[in-house]
Amino acid sequence: MDPLLRLLEENALATHEILAAQLDTTPAEIKKRIRQLEHDRVILAYKAIVDDERAKRTHVKAVIEVRITPEREGGFDRVASRIAQYREVSSCFLMSGGFDLLVFVEGDTLQEVAGFVSEKLSTLPGVLSTATHFNLKTYKIQGVLREAPVNEERLKVSP
Amino acid sequence: MHLPVSSLSTSVSPDFVADHVRGIPRSGIRDFFEIVQSMTGVISLGIGEPDFVTPWHIREAAIYALEHGKTGYTSNLGLMRLREEISRYVSTNYGVPYDPATEVLVTVGVSEALDLALRAVLNPGDEVLYHEPCYVSYSPSIALAHGRAMSIATRVEDEFKLRPDALRAALTPRSKVLLLNFPTNPTGAVLTAAELEEIAAICRERNLLVISDEIYSELSYGEPHVSIASLPGMRERTIFLHGFSKAFAMTGFRVGYACAPAPLIDAMMRIHQYGILCAPIVSQEAATEALRHGRASMIDMREKYRLRRNFLVNAFRKMGLACFEPRGAFYLFAGIKPTGKSSHDFAFGLLKQEQVAVVPGTAFGPSGEGYVRCSYATSLEQLQVAAERIANFIKP
Repeated sequence: MDPLLRLLEENALATHEILAAQLDTTPAEIKKRIRQLEHDRVILAYKAIVDDERAKRTHVKAVIEVRITPEREGGFDRVASRIAQYREVSSCFLMSGGFDLLVFVEGDTLQEVAGFVSEKLSTLPGVLSTATHFNLKTYKIQGVLREAPVNEERLKVSP
Repeated sequence: MHLPVSSLSTSVSPDFVADHVRGIPRSGIRDFFEIVQSMTGVISLGIGEPDFVTPWHIREAAIYALEHGKTGYTSNLGLMRLREEISRYVSTNYGVPYDPATEVLVTVGVSEALDLALRAVLNPGDEVLYHEPCYVSYSPSIALAHGRAMSIATRVEDEFKLRPDALRAALTPRSKVLLLNFPTNPTGAVLTAAELEEIAAICRERNLLVISDEIYSELSYGEPHVSIASLPGMRERTIFLHGFSKAFAMTGFRVGYACAPAPLIDAMMRIHQYGILCAPIVSQEAATEALRHGRASMIDMREKYRLRRNFLVNAFRKMGLACFEPRGAFYLFAGIKPTGKSSHDFAFGLLKQEQVAVVPGTAFGPSGEGYVRCSYATSLEQLQVAAERIANFIKP
């Protein structure tokens, strides 16, 4: 994998100068490469990873297992991309195993998410069944631990 | 009666302390440490251990061991399954086969392994040659084993490599051991296979035993690391020392190992069994897990060190301090001669003025004058701030 992408995945706010110093190149070259990655839609977006609890956001997140009927042409793609279009859907993946799509949904209230599932998702043509699981607590999100261990007793100088 | 501490200490005569111990200077790093430790808001590039917490699966293996009541002694040599893993690991990665039953000894870190090796082979007055700047314990450990520490200065012009002619010039009829540490703490120097072969040829010709401290060997950023033990005719005259602290971020577990022909391991084991008995079992269990499943975490950490190294080398070059690009370990040995300051004054001045801690090069031997050791085992964010402050400190 492109080492520049790996660094940006870790910290999208790293400056061109810092990235260039690590990768032994120039800031101008980094800028050019990032432009290209954005243009090619290799980089889709930059976002902050927010701890909802600390941000005091009362927010409902759910994961929904969806079984769908594949279509003669296009398989799962058409139904899946229709589902993915909804504003409430934050992520949507085609899965192996006992169901077909794993859909991550967010809403302000439980009712909003429940309404989305019962009125929109499950009534879509091609959707056979849904099973909704609500998120109760977050321990790790996108590779980041909410409570990372810190060694405060680490010596400041050691041989 | 409860005596004040001061009166207690003065009642003990210093005469009781053995001559060879009294002769050992306090670690140069120690004084500096006391000052840094008492300050707040310091960014430290003075730390000789990974900033990463031990990978979770390794910590979990230690917890699992405790949950299952693994709280007793082990064989003096160490758990057989760990020795088997070590044997496999060393054979696969360094190309040297060792019999786990008789040629591998698990120790309390490489520090203990080095101490055992020196004590096992030195007669009083035997000379141990080692390249300098070097890890702070080499000279004292040799002295404690009643040997004579014979340092060979390395130079930045030679990329801090040990030159064969310098080794030859240092040889005497009492020379018995050559102590190597590549990649080197504090310089980040490495030796290629061809360069090692030149050194090995001298060892074979002059019948030297090699003690090779390869604790940083996984953290090599260029050509793959080569162990001197893998060269022809060297296995039988090498004590290979390695451990888990650096590559697997396990400093606090205190576990390392020595591999060598059976008679040498047996001699070391005899000292170890009376002095230590065995390395802690929980650490041995964690070490077994590290060797079985730790490779991916190790490679991730190495890549992070490499990128930070690039950042720091570039930052120093921008400041006008050309420095040798370290090829291994996680230290930058930065030349500070252009500032006109001594290592000591530079380090103390930087600490006082900018609250950045670096270690004076002289802590690693007199040939470290003109340098400071900057560890990049710290986050990139900290390195950025430190680099800005150092630039601020040296600007005219």
